[in-house]
Amino acid sequence: MIRVELPAHLRTLAVVGKEVQLELPPGATTADLLDALESRYPVLEGTIRDHDTRRRRPFVRFFACEEDLSHESLDLPLPAQVMSGKEPFVILGAMAGG
Amino acid sequence: MLVGTRKGAFILTADGRRADWTVAGPLFGGWELYHLKGSPPDPDRIYASQSTSWFGQLIQRSDDGGRTWAPVGNRFAYATETGTHQWYDGTPHPWEFARVWHLEPSLSDPDTVYAGVEDAALFKSTDGGAEWNEVPGLREHGTGPSWQPGAGGMCLHTIVLDPSDPNRMFAAISAAGAFRTDDAGATWKPINRGLRSEQLPDADAEVGHCVHRITMHPARPEVLFMQKHWDVMRSDDAGENWREISGNLPSDFGFPISVHSHEPETVYVVPITSDSEHYPPDGRLRVYRSRVGGNDWEALTDGLPQEHCYVNVLRDAMAVDELDDCGIYFGTTGGDVYVSPDGGDHWQAAVSNLPAVLSVEVQTLL
Repeated sequence: MIRVELPAHLRTLAVVGKEVQLELPPGATTADLLDALESRYPVLEGTIRDHDTRRRRPFVRFFACEEDLSHESLDLPLPAQVMSGKEPFVILGAMAGG
Repeated sequence: MLVGTRKGAFILTADGRRADWTVAGPLFGGWELYHLKGSPPDPDRIYASQSTSWFGQLIQRSDDGGRTWAPVGNRFAYATETGTHQWYDGTPHPWEFARVWHLEPSLSDPDTVYAGVEDAALFKSTDGGAEWNEVPGLREHGTGPSWQPGAGGMCLHTIVLDPSDPNRMFAAISAAGAFRTDDAGATWKPINRGLRSEQLPDADAEVGHCVHRITMHPARPEVLFMQKHWDVMRSDDAGENWREISGNLPSDFGFPISVHSHEPETVYVVPITSDSEHYPPDGRLRVYRSRVGGNDWEALTDGLPQEHCYVNVLRDAMAVDELDDCGIYFGTTGGDVYVSPDGGDHWQAAVSNLPAVLSVEVQTLL
């Protein structure tokens, strides 16, 4: 079971709590996680990744296991501790004021 | 009254006296609500543009007059190769979708709505906002590479539908100018003859003008009024030719322009000091009214702050209702929304201290 933490605005949109849980196969990548997230909550399409380029939106960050994964390839496997459910995969808005 | 702000939307309601306002909101708190507008044939159908730099663009739709909302489609993909426009430094810059500035519901079909977006393009939905398709004829008009962003971005901010001809519509882009289609969007022509902009190397160029807002009275769709970056303008031939009507205004810079709902020659503007000083001249918030279609303007001040007022009034932040007397409404970047229930003679704040107001629309409900 993968745990995904969402920022407040996306929780409101998806009508969920702080954390959602996803089932992913062994060896799943960040892209797989985002695909599964958007599949379950279609309202999130376009809010985390660009609809067409599929790139992370510039003011969105991905953290896990106290590391910033934002600039890693979306095709890399998720960290083992995320895959095991010990650590959440955190999606958040950049600290960019507002 | 549908009020979009930098940090959410508010819905204000009052009876026909328009004296006591109930404020509901914020809706979509923390998001920028560039514009909300109801469908003329079905006032319970309201569309809202919701965006942030973090999480992009959403479109919300209400089918019950704003009590409940649901997100609809948010994919705005340009239909064809976009090429480049000018960047702020004059270099070519690729077209990129940023946000929806303006939503214009159809005059006849609640499921049909147009969206004006940044970078400038016109989109249309015919299924209540679920899917959006570009109307590419405007962006492909041919002068696109010379368009440049205004201070707020290169946005299509004004869409005016002709109630007498469903094939005719007007659009305005900062900074490209005004355009008209007579074939339901298939082809467009620039309608900027008579505009002069000293910020252009060719002051009366075919395109490149920073048109801030266009409006019309629905009973007289061939007459258009325009607030340009500088200059208030008028056309009596559906935009073929424009003439300046700034007359005795203390400044002819500004953003919104509106027409009285029962008097087609009565026009309202809010003069702003200059292109860099985005606040009223002398710190006095004054709406100016012309009852003769321009040139001769009177200041309307009763109930508006007349000292130390340094707010702006943005292009979509003024509206009129359809009651008799006509009500005039506008919101400021200081978060105040002012109402005049008598055509501008007297004003009061319907609400104060909201986030900066981006848009104001009014629905007259029976």
